[in-house]
Amino acid sequence: MDPLPLIEWIENTAIGTAIRESTWLFPVIEAGHLLALALMGGAVLIVDLRMMGWGMRRLSASQISRDVHPWLVASLLGLIVTGILLFMSETTKCYFNPAFWVKMGFLVAATLYTFTVRQRVALAGGAEVDPAKARLVAIVSVCLWSGVGIAGRAIGFY
Amino acid sequence: MLLRLFETVQAMPSSMAIRESIYLYPAIESVHVLSTCLFLGLVTMMDLRLVSATLRSAPLTDVQHRLFPWQMAGFALMVMSGVLLVFTEPLRFYSNIFFQVKMLLLLLAGLNMLVFHAGVYRRVAEWDHQEVLPGSARVAGALSMVLFSGIVVCGRMIAYNWFK
Repeated sequence: MDPLPLIEWIENTAIGTAIRESTWLFPVIEAGHLLALALMGGAVLIVDLRMMGWGMRRLSASQISRDVHPWLVASLLGLIVTGILLFMSETTKCYFNPAFWVKMGFLVAATLYTFTVRQRVALAGGAEVDPAKARLVAIVSVCLWSGVGIAGRAIGFY
Repeated sequence: MLLRLFETVQAMPSSMAIRESIYLYPAIESVHVLSTCLFLGLVTMMDLRLVSATLRSAPLTDVQHRLFPWQMAGFALMVMSGVLLVFTEPLRFYSNIFFQVKMLLLLLAGLNMLVFHAGVYRRVAEWDHQEVLPGSARVAGALSMVLFSGIVVCGRMIAYNWFK
């Protein structure tokens, strides 16, 4: 199936057109995207640092992970909603942008990883988890999310 | 006087080199965004603790002491990359209203931290283990989040020079 008609249709929806033609809508949504990104950086790192043994000490990784979970979910939802809006305003540009596809790859991998492998290891916490394994899980998490951020920034450079 | 300095920098060969390079400017910008995630992300986690919106069972000093080195590492990278970005094209920033507001908000955010540390934080031992912290600590956390949100928004807007 040729995806181009779909791409064009998305771009020409009322929402896509409105964002594209407005002077301030795109920048404002972009700023919201960045705010959610910073929040997510904190919600991810505070757990990863703990799992690496370089973060907070009084609470276990599982306690921290449970505590910040609502903020992680909220920031991810914020990123996805603002991201979809930005995508709708320049669908064709994204479709032909290699950085966009790299980012989507990292995003899917990072999201799946965070809510499966990392969550399981973080919640197990303490005695049952080998510290070296916890550290490795955290390092992979940081790398995957950094990949999302770097490729995301690169979309604007193509 | 500031304008003279900005003009001198704009004409420097090193400034021109970054300005004309295809890869350097985007690379520095990416470092700026990622280090902001590190710095602001962890500062926000602390702010959320201050307003009791997360980690309520953690003593504030545990959050503060253990995150501080990472916040500072992020801050250093953020400032260095930020200075480099301005260094690349000083005259574009000089007259940009969003840049000016961003610098003002940064100053206010710094003041907010100073007031917090010189004030209620001196008696932290008394309230460290409370789930809900004293009023002025909560105000400091809320203010910090508001100011830094403004800083991020203005930072993003610098690229869109509407009021040229």
